[in-house]
Amino acid sequence: MIEIKDLHKSYKMGSNSLHVLKGINFTAEAGELVAIMGSSGSGKSTLLNILGMLDGADSGEYILDGVPIKDLTETKAAQYRNKFLGFVFQSFNLINYKSALENVALPLYYQKVARKERQEKALNYLDRVGLKEWATHLPSELSGGQKQRVAIARAMAAEPKVLLADEPTGALDSKTSYEVMDLIQKINDDGNTILVVTHEEDIAHMCKRIVHLKDGVIVEDKKIEQVRAEQYV
Amino acid sequence: MFNKDRWREILEVLTSNVGRTILTAFGVCWGIFILIVLLAAGKGFENGIRKDFGDIATNTMFMWTRSTTKAYEGLPKGRSFEFKVNDVQAIWDNVPNLKFISPRNQLGGFRGGGNVTRGIHVGAYNIYGDYPEIINQDPMTVTSGRFLNHNDIKEKRKVAIIGQGVKSELYEKDEEVLGSYIKIQGVNFMVIGTYKKNNNDGDGEEAQKEIFVPFTSFSQAFNRGEDVGWMAITAHDGSSISQLKESIVDEMRKRHKVHPEDNRAIGYFDLYEQFNRVESLFFGLKAIAYLVGIMVLLSGIIGVSNIMLIVVKERTKEIGIRRALGEQPMSIKKQILMESIFLTIISGMTGIIFGALVIYGINSLLDSVGPVDMFVNPSVSVGVVSGALMILMISGLLAGFIPAQSAIRVRPIEALRTE
Repeated sequence: MIEIKDLHKSYKMGSNSLHVLKGINFTAEAGELVAIMGSSGSGKSTLLNILGMLDGADSGEYILDGVPIKDLTETKAAQYRNKFLGFVFQSFNLINYKSALENVALPLYYQKVARKERQEKALNYLDRVGLKEWATHLPSELSGGQKQRVAIARAMAAEPKVLLADEPTGALDSKTSYEVMDLIQKINDDGNTILVVTHEEDIAHMCKRIVHLKDGVIVEDKKIEQVRAEQYV
Repeated sequence: MFNKDRWREILEVLTSNVGRTILTAFGVCWGIFILIVLLAAGKGFENGIRKDFGDIATNTMFMWTRSTTKAYEGLPKGRSFEFKVNDVQAIWDNVPNLKFISPRNQLGGFRGGGNVTRGIHVGAYNIYGDYPEIINQDPMTVTSGRFLNHNDIKEKRKVAIIGQGVKSELYEKDEEVLGSYIKIQGVNFMVIGTYKKNNNDGDGEEAQKEIFVPFTSFSQAFNRGEDVGWMAITAHDGSSISQLKESIVDEMRKRHKVHPEDNRAIGYFDLYEQFNRVESLFFGLKAIAYLVGIMVLLSGIIGVSNIMLIVVKERTKEIGIRRALGEQPMSIKKQILMESIFLTIISGMTGIIFGALVIYGINSLLDSVGPVDMFVNPSVSVGVVSGALMILMISGLLAGFIPAQSAIRVRPIEALRTE
């Protein structure tokens, strides 16, 4: 599903150049649930941004679902993001003047889905994350866990190939963290490919595979026994 | 364009900070208001001046004789001469593109005393000997009876058309006018019609106190022979009398043995030139109105542009999220541009409405206090309003352009990083 070969990325900081990713090779099959771990500055967020086409790599190959991702114009990138990827952010990033339902419907709007169908689909996804009754509420009226569930519903609404989660539990207490992870596991059980960036060990162990990043290289890549979040909820 | 969701968003954004939106809108509103009011005031002035010109055919010159100032062909300087009736035909033959040539003779005017009597009534009026065509050059409304015709000319009938002013002075209120006789310098003329003129200037009263009689009868009754006092010459609409007048005057010089360079022997007044001068004044006024209005509007537009920049700044993160979810840069640009145009047009319309109300107020004030000199019916045409809307549309586009550009420069990754 995801194939990365010899990926390099450096940032210019004034006259200095900061080499963040120093040749990453990484493959993820369809249906995998991968945790990307590393301390801050290890390059894990940069990697996720490149995977999410929010940022371009300096060199190396990136193939997503058989499509080589390179030389993207902003228009093309927006198209691919909409078609291939769903994002879940640490700070939820819901649009705060839109209701939960409208937030979930947003990616469908960009796919030019008709209004009625959009609403139906969005409601369906809200139902899946257990927030059907909250559809008309604004983000400010929801709790942190609920917001993240809306964000996940939004990410799933466009039926992406890959779900990218950047510290999805970073702003949540452990109980709601487990609820969110439970949801992510269930989505993964349905066969969706998910990449989770985290620095929390317990969250990482709820995935099926852990990739350790340190100073811009992968130092460890192992399959693990998944811990189900259900038992903590 | 007619996308319900997009319009909902525009309204959401603009109503999210109502106070700011109204303040921003005020700049544009004020600019277009001033533009409209200035243009209307200019139009009112123009209408006032135009009314002074009355219905007179403006492509017209008047020409009369004076005494020569140069000796020529054995004739001394200081010689006086008169136009003759056959000069008219000579002008027709030699100068193209003329519409009317009316030779005229006149009694009264500056030296007029009590020259008209009717029973015990006496009055001093301008009496003109004219051809029927004069009604096209110096328009008047015939209120009863008829105007002169060519049979009157041919048969030298002693008939007269009198103005409303003459009628009210020489006749009792309910006396029958048509068919009655008036005595002009001792000669009886039958009244066959009355007229009324429409102009509004200082001569308004004077203009109603004229008497028109056939040119030929006039010449005979008052002993003018073949003489012509002066002429009113009108050119066809396509050509200007100002260009033709030289050849007309030249032709007259030739026929009356006037030195070709004697510029003072023949006097003339070029109405068209005067009219054009006034026209260019109107043009200048309009230009100033547009300049001032657009300058004020410009500062309003800069205000809109500024606010849109702030809106974009405030929404940086939101734009980032939308981009991450797959919104096209073009769509974001369109959104910002439409917000800007919408805001400009709405506030511009408000300005137009206020301007129209003010114009309406001035008009009803003018109606209630009676006519004011040189200011009549200030108004703006539909053309001007749609022109103003056009200006608004373009300025909205311009105002939104920089903000829209800066919105699509927002890279999603940077937008999402701002916590």
